[in-house]
Amino acid sequence: MNLTGTGVLLRHHLRRDRWMLLAWAAAVTALYYSQAVSVAGLYRSQADFDSAAATMRHNTAFVAMAGPARALNTIGGQVTWQAAAFGAILAGLMSMFLIGRHTRVEEEKGRDELVRAGVVGRHAPMTAALLVAMIGNLVLGVGVSASLLSWPLAAADSIALGVGLTLCGWLLSGTALIAVQLASSARSAYGIAGLVIGAAYVLRAVGDVGNGALAWLSPIGWYQAMHAFSGLRWWPAVLLLAGAAVSTTTSYLVFERRDIGAGVLAARPGPSRGRLHGPLDLAWRLQRGSVLGWSAGLLLIGLAYGSMGHDVGSLIGSSRSTRDLFVQGGGSLVAGFYATAVAMVALLCVGFATSSALRPRGEEVDGRVESLLATGLHRSRWLFAHVMVTVTGTVLALGLGGLGLGLGFAMVTGDARNVGPWLLASLSYVAPVLVLAAVARLLYGLVPRLTSLAWLALAFCVVVMLFAEAFRFPQWVRDLSPFDQLARVPEEDFRRWPFVALLVCAALLSGAGQLAFRRRDLR
Amino acid sequence: MDNVIGIAGLVKRFGSTTALDGLDLTVRRGEVHGFLGPNGAGKSTAIRVLLGLLHADAGVVRLFGGDPWRDAAALHRRLAYVPGDVNLWPNLTGGEVIDLLGRLRGGLDEVRRRRLVADFELDATKKGRSYSKGNRQKVALVAALASDVDLLVLDEPTSGLDPLMEAVFQRHVEQFRDTGGTVLLSSHVLAEVEQLCDRVSIVRAGRCVESGSLADLRHLTRTSVEAELVRPVDGLDSLAGVHDLDQDGRRVHFQVDSDELDAAIAALSRCGIRALTCAPPTLEELFLRHYGDEAPQGEPVPA
Repeated sequence: MNLTGTGVLLRHHLRRDRWMLLAWAAAVTALYYSQAVSVAGLYRSQADFDSAAATMRHNTAFVAMAGPARALNTIGGQVTWQAAAFGAILAGLMSMFLIGRHTRVEEEKGRDELVRAGVVGRHAPMTAALLVAMIGNLVLGVGVSASLLSWPLAAADSIALGVGLTLCGWLLSGTALIAVQLASSARSAYGIAGLVIGAAYVLRAVGDVGNGALAWLSPIGWYQAMHAFSGLRWWPAVLLLAGAAVSTTTSYLVFERRDIGAGVLAARPGPSRGRLHGPLDLAWRLQRGSVLGWSAGLLLIGLAYGSMGHDVGSLIGSSRSTRDLFVQGGGSLVAGFYATAVAMVALLCVGFATSSALRPRGEEVDGRVESLLATGLHRSRWLFAHVMVTVTGTVLALGLGGLGLGLGFAMVTGDARNVGPWLLASLSYVAPVLVLAAVARLLYGLVPRLTSLAWLALAFCVVVMLFAEAFRFPQWVRDLSPFDQLARVPEEDFRRWPFVALLVCAALLSGAGQLAFRRRDLR
Repeated sequence: MDNVIGIAGLVKRFGSTTALDGLDLTVRRGEVHGFLGPNGAGKSTAIRVLLGLLHADAGVVRLFGGDPWRDAAALHRRLAYVPGDVNLWPNLTGGEVIDLLGRLRGGLDEVRRRRLVADFELDATKKGRSYSKGNRQKVALVAALASDVDLLVLDEPTSGLDPLMEAVFQRHVEQFRDTGGTVLLSSHVLAEVEQLCDRVSIVRAGRCVESGSLADLRHLTRTSVEAELVRPVDGLDSLAGVHDLDQDGRRVHFQVDSDELDAAIAALSRCGIRALTCAPPTLEELFLRHYGDEAPQGEPVPA
């Protein structure tokens, strides 16, 4: 192997990535630590905790989502159960992006060529990328272990939870490094690496629900098989380490079989003729992935919330503040909980709606609009096509989120009466979501430099929803959030006029943004 | 209506910077018009105003006799544009982009599309993200040249093409002109402008400083003369219009204003000419005269 220059490249990468690495470490550490904080605050007595743990253990959907239910009536057991699978996914995603960023993306942008023309060994770029990912995962592991030790939780188990995470990340770094050798573009490399992470998660989910055998095919399963805080055993860590060694070695072997700039799998050619007929076709094609991704995500989240069934009472615990959050209208706990769940799905959907409303901005900044508008396409029609996609995507995503809630509830309880009403409840949030999208549209039309303020509007609504009750916000502040205007279905009955008023408001704001766009200079 | 493009006194400001400061530009029907100027002179800004992407602060802009800001879409059906920096959608193939732009313009000439793809040796099945700069430019060029339009607006269209492809480009532009089309060609490649353009306009700091046919412009500049004589010549330096005189016995080398060429050659011939090279000013010299560091400032520019 020729590794000349690896050190220089590594220092360069670490310099470029230092804030990103810290952000990943902070996020993953927070994922683990916050479980300890929330569990500790949730239950007033060990009896409460025991009964909640029993409920969770028997909920198949939870087991599928999180992992094998072990020692759920302890803080350490809860942290392991709730955080390990997702922590491993995050470590895998971080590794994937770090590896892709320093290998395939560099090759795609042509910077790799520049580097390789220098005194740099053949294997230096990929080795430097691998080392960055390994260091990143090490930082994650240290962060997790240190934060749990500081709680304080049992030392050996805290350390094991961090070590397992690091090793799992190393293994997935190796598979990501294979993926970038196989694919010839960063996008498809991420596709392959993401598929591996997804498969690892699904295998362990199916295994944990069934007899456990399939979980042994998944690195995430190996990580959870270390049984931190519930009879710790170290030998599955050896599996992870061996897996990391095998995947990394394989990636170097695969690397030998390809040219720089190409992948082992040749890039699939696309159609030589186009079927896109107009601005709407184009806008849909550009936003299709985002619309379908968000819709699937909201459906899954809906299913997850819905599968809590009637057990919400014992699951959310007995602490005052949690109950305040979920039962704002003073109705029954279950109705209140699902009213809040619908609102939270809608709040997440604002993420889609705002990014979709700002998509034209990205097209403009990247310089892809001038060619389009130099044809017979009127600029207002171009923008309106994107508006249509935003509106359609919002309806679809909210609909699927609401459907997921109802279906999840029906699957667990066998009671399907809520499917229709909760779908409608979720759809009623089309109005406030579109108001926020329209704010983004208006910013884009008037002052495109300040479009990021649109995300501040979302942050404001989140703060009002989560904290207005607890911190007794004055009414006029709460009224500023379009979410607070709407009836809390299913806890309250649907009220028509706030819904219509919000829709009109969205239409006016969006229309004003589109008019302003017609009058301004293009970048 | 003989002017396809008529710009007069165009002003465009971005905040405190003035990008265009009273620009004039006239492009007649059926000509290939070269649009020259250094980086930052305002060429691309002028084109973007012409396309109705930017709003003019002052001045008159006419495109096919219409207002490009108000009637952008209608006027655009009659033109095709190739930007200097072609950006494609990463997940659309070149072929899809060509067809999309063609349809938005109101249809493509299928025969010409096929021929252009072949001539430019373009792989239309590759995705936008995997094209090099030159190939992205080819996609935009095929889309533009394959559509049935009256005007081509080309902003440095060959900056990423290799010499072979540049020749293909020139051939197709000439064919387009021969069928009655009009071209506005902004370029840095002076040889290309000399080859293709009937008239040129030179911009500097947002204004048009020269405009006319190449012959007209040559007239305004100096011819380089190199001669070997039978006997040394005297008094050349006192002749009007002779510059940069370099005399070494019987060999002389100097520049002379084109108007004074006759008198200078007469003076040489009185001393017996053995060898004579007269080089007309190249566009490059023309260009440098306006932009080069050594270019004399404030020299009167005959209109």
